Amino acid sequence: MIAKQVNQKAWFMVLPVFLVVAVSAIIPLMTVVNYSVQDTFGNNQFFWVGMDWFRDLLASDRFHDAFLRQISFSAIILAIEIPLGIAIALAMPKKGWGVPVCLISMALPLLIPWNVVGTIWQIFGRVDIGLLGHTLAAMGIDYNYTQDPVAAWITIIIMDVWHWTSLVVLLCYAGLCSIPDAYYQAAKIDGASRISVFRYIQLPKMQRVLLIAVLLRFMDSFMIYTEPFVITGGGPGNSTTFMSIDLVKMAIGQFDLGPAAAMSLIYFLVILLLSWVFFTVMSNIGEESSNGGS
Amino acid sequence: MRWKWIIPAVYIFFLLLPIYWLLNMSLKTNSEILSVFSLWPQNLTFDNYRVIFTDPSWYSGYINSMIYVSMNVVISVSCALPAAYAFSRYSFVGDKHLFFWLLTNRMAPPAVFALPFFQLYSSIGLFDTHIAVALAHCLFNIPLSVWILEGFMSGIPKEIDETAFVDGYSWPHFFVKIFIPNIASGIGVTAFFCFMFSWVELLLARTLTAVNAKPISAIMTRTVSASGLDWGVLAAAGILTILPGALVIWFVRNHIAKGFALGRV
Amino acid sequence: MDLSWMAWTKPTATFFIIILCLLVTMTIWEIKIPGGAPRLGILRFETTRGDRLFVSLLGSAFIHIFWLAFISLSLWWALVVACIYAICVFIWV
Repeated sequence: MIAKQVNQKAWFMVLPVFLVVAVSAIIPLMTVVNYSVQDTFGNNQFFWVGMDWFRDLLASDRFHDAFLRQISFSAIILAIEIPLGIAIALAMPKKGWGVPVCLISMALPLLIPWNVVGTIWQIFGRVDIGLLGHTLAAMGIDYNYTQDPVAAWITIIIMDVWHWTSLVVLLCYAGLCSIPDAYYQAAKIDGASRISVFRYIQLPKMQRVLLIAVLLRFMDSFMIYTEPFVITGGGPGNSTTFMSIDLVKMAIGQFDLGPAAAMSLIYFLVILLLSWVFFTVMSNIGEESSNGGS
Repeated sequence: MRWKWIIPAVYIFFLLLPIYWLLNMSLKTNSEILSVFSLWPQNLTFDNYRVIFTDPSWYSGYINSMIYVSMNVVISVSCALPAAYAFSRYSFVGDKHLFFWLLTNRMAPPAVFALPFFQLYSSIGLFDTHIAVALAHCLFNIPLSVWILEGFMSGIPKEIDETAFVDGYSWPHFFVKIFIPNIASGIGVTAFFCFMFSWVELLLARTLTAVNAKPISAIMTRTVSASGLDWGVLAAAGILTILPGALVIWFVRNHIAKGFALGRV
Repeated sequence: MDLSWMAWTKPTATFFIIILCLLVTMTIWEIKIPGGAPRLGILRFETTRGDRLFVSLLGSAFIHIFWLAFISLSLWWALVVACIYAICVFIWV
């Protein structure tokens, strides 16, 4: 790596970004902190309550359940999408007419507004008018995502796999394309097996993009809101009420500013911790691989 | 390995099937949707699309979405260009921390910001305007733009800058005349991503608008809850929201893989 | 401009002013003695002063949360624990 020139004037180039993001990130965050220690009865009249909201929230089952659901959802999503994405990327054609066809059709779900993704699956899964629901019903499988929590979870997970696996595929594919042909030829001469090619050539090259994929997929699934909101509205019961859905219910539905703000802060701190861990791991791996390469 | 193509083929089939089903629904009448179950429309009709193109409460949604998305793309890319240059070329006090802080905003859940944004934009009189939504989306699009552009710019050799400065170019002149043409594809990819994330976002757009700037996605969720589920029109509206995305993908198809790796391969 | 919607209180204002002062101090320190003294601490990754400040602040936040969740003593004790933790971070991490 080339040492970068030290230049404090670079701050002037960063200034516009800094100002815009500061206004839209720091002011709301300060407001959330302010709300989290007060109670309000409307009319902008606030009363100091100290840490009560945090204490209530941390002791409440509603928060524990939403948090657990969120963690398990993200874990399931990662466990399915990452291996699946790698497998599809490995099987994708490297040249010819298949490449643009694959890329364009795979990128398509990523460009669909999230609520339309919800609508698509809401329709697709319905027993009366949806292909999936109808087919399952015809096969004699009892499937109704508005009544049965298990079916609701499966629907949302399949929906998310449908929606986001392409991101993992495209990232891995970009990593694979950057491997020079010479590597494969060398492996062929050495008589390397399929598995050792994957283990020693393809996986190391994909490491960086895979980390980005894990980071993006984890974070986005951790704040999922729109799709489950459209498909199930958090139901049946509370079985698909993830953190964001719960938070929006509290903040905008019930206008409970205090508890919602306290929950926002804890949510935000968890995200901050996780993204810091990912970021540290990512930059360390980046340094190691660039040192090892030179 | 002759059968390897099966895997992507099956996957693409799985991707396109629900979209086909939506298209299928949008070409049927409501009574046909509810009465007959068929894999293709028995009586092909374009009435659902006609409803959307003639009713202002529907098509204004598309116009509103387009307006704030384009505003957002312009703001994000133009702010991010100099910043990404600074990050890729110089080191300065707090650069790593600033970069990390920007990224946390990409990771922060919009649900946390929805309510304060509502209060903020109401208090400065921007509620229900396009610029409010565009600025709110900057929260995650600017960090993303900086991240992608930084990746692309780091791939441009530093000698280009140095030669230009030796030749007597001033910084702004060099940046516009030499540097920007060099990373044109990077800018295209960045604009694509800003478009994508602003276009698909619902929560903030819905919270910050009421009538005048209401995006199409919010109009769709309202229809789901209110007017007795007009499936055909809903499906048609869905199909029409997919089209701009498909169009944009077509333009960046050659850079798409590298773009999704955020310029970092 | 009307700021009443932000509902400022003295404690939260003090909190943010303290954070701001910390950041300003760190910046001045960095300008006086640049480099941030990077080193490999006990967690096996390279940190500079700024990283250590961040780790201390984030850790303190979580100490306070766990205190609220599991311990019924006054929160001022959590602050004491957090300060000790921050000192440890600056020495060893």
